[in-house]
Amino acid sequence: MWPNKFDYQRAESVDQALELIGDEGKFLAGGHSLLPVMKLRLSAPEQLVDIGRIDSLRGISADGGLTIGATATHAEIAASGDVQSMCGALADACGGVGDQAVRNFGTIGGNIAHADPASDPPTVLVAAGASVNIQGSDGSRSVGAEEFFVDLFETALEDGELITSVSVPDLSGQKTAYAKFPHPASRYAIVGVAVALSMDGDTCTGASVAVGGATVKAVKCAGAEAALAGSSLDDAALNAAADMAKADIADWLAGDVAYPESYRQQMAGVYLKRAVKAAAG
Amino acid sequence: MQISVTVNGVVQERDVDPRTLLVHFLREELDLTGTKIGCDTSQCGACTVHLDGKALKSCTLLAAQADGANVTTIEGLAVDGEHHPMQTAFWENHGLQCGYCTPGMIMATTAFVKDNPGASEEAIRHNLEGNICRCTGYHNIVKAVKQVADAAAGGD
Repeated sequence: MWPNKFDYQRAESVDQALELIGDEGKFLAGGHSLLPVMKLRLSAPEQLVDIGRIDSLRGISADGGLTIGATATHAEIAASGDVQSMCGALADACGGVGDQAVRNFGTIGGNIAHADPASDPPTVLVAAGASVNIQGSDGSRSVGAEEFFVDLFETALEDGELITSVSVPDLSGQKTAYAKFPHPASRYAIVGVAVALSMDGDTCTGASVAVGGATVKAVKCAGAEAALAGSSLDDAALNAAADMAKADIADWLAGDVAYPESYRQQMAGVYLKRAVKAAAG
Repeated sequence: MQISVTVNGVVQERDVDPRTLLVHFLREELDLTGTKIGCDTSQCGACTVHLDGKALKSCTLLAAQADGANVTTIEGLAVDGEHHPMQTAFWENHGLQCGYCTPGMIMATTAFVKDNPGASEEAIRHNLEGNICRCTGYHNIVKAVKQVADAAAGGD
């Protein structure tokens, strides 16, 4: 399948990329989110600005927290010792995106700009309290992941803005996990739940929970968090948190013929419990 | 636009439409039809090649993105007429039936074994998640890959 015609330009720097991008243009890095939708003619940008060779957008650095360059690949993130120690759930989630060939070239920046509701990294980024660093021609700004994901395939990115990196706090003092119910064919998340737990002995002193896959975007679950906080993560607390999570996502449910909304909502509760057990285990 | 891609060790310079996918460049510009198009939606793995040593689904990259890169296809695996050990192992274990997925299978698994010598059967099966075969049931493919992985770990 061939995409529509477009002009292709390669940028050597972020400044040049921002100068080149036009009203009907899109940035291209790995292309593993953008090119498939262009081939299906669901997207038809008139211009692609290739940012895949800009050095400043690459790599992962750890200095009191993680700074993950926009063009860091899923494979690099999954294999990073810094990511594994500071936010293990993110390494796990990125290691479960697509397959090895997709992970070799798909990037975190492209993934979150695409904002597929069934993708894995957004759910973890919301639970982890990550922020998205964005540059535009008028300057730079940082948006919390929860605010960044607005709706189905919709983000807080404005036209002409470029994601430069993602900041993830150092959660090495917490217990994180991502539990995923993968679609049996595509491996996209039918439901994905990410948790970050603060523990004092057997007591959970604070929890952060996000659900994706079942929803049109990654949704932070304040009710489930409150149900877990202060508990010893016993069955009663887990059941209460699962019920609250189902309520937390009620306004954002997504579904299809095979996995309707009500089923995904129910499974969100199941996978919340699995995520908490995996994190605490 | 003008691009220069080193394919199987040979520099190939061509003027291409920017929307040319790498798989089209390989098959239609260079007549390297060993690389197959299966699903054309990044799922089946029939179009897998190596780009700078990494497994890539060549239906999901513009030829323009490969400008300046090194690409290896199934035609470039044999050295001096000698099959790559993975090709030999697929032959010996009958790791194919119709053969359509085989080039992609071999390119994906050669990259995998290079990074994971001695890989377990479980790891091999997991890594095959990006390559779909509709004939074999995978068992002989896994046997072939295990044979090469064991040899790469220092066996014979």
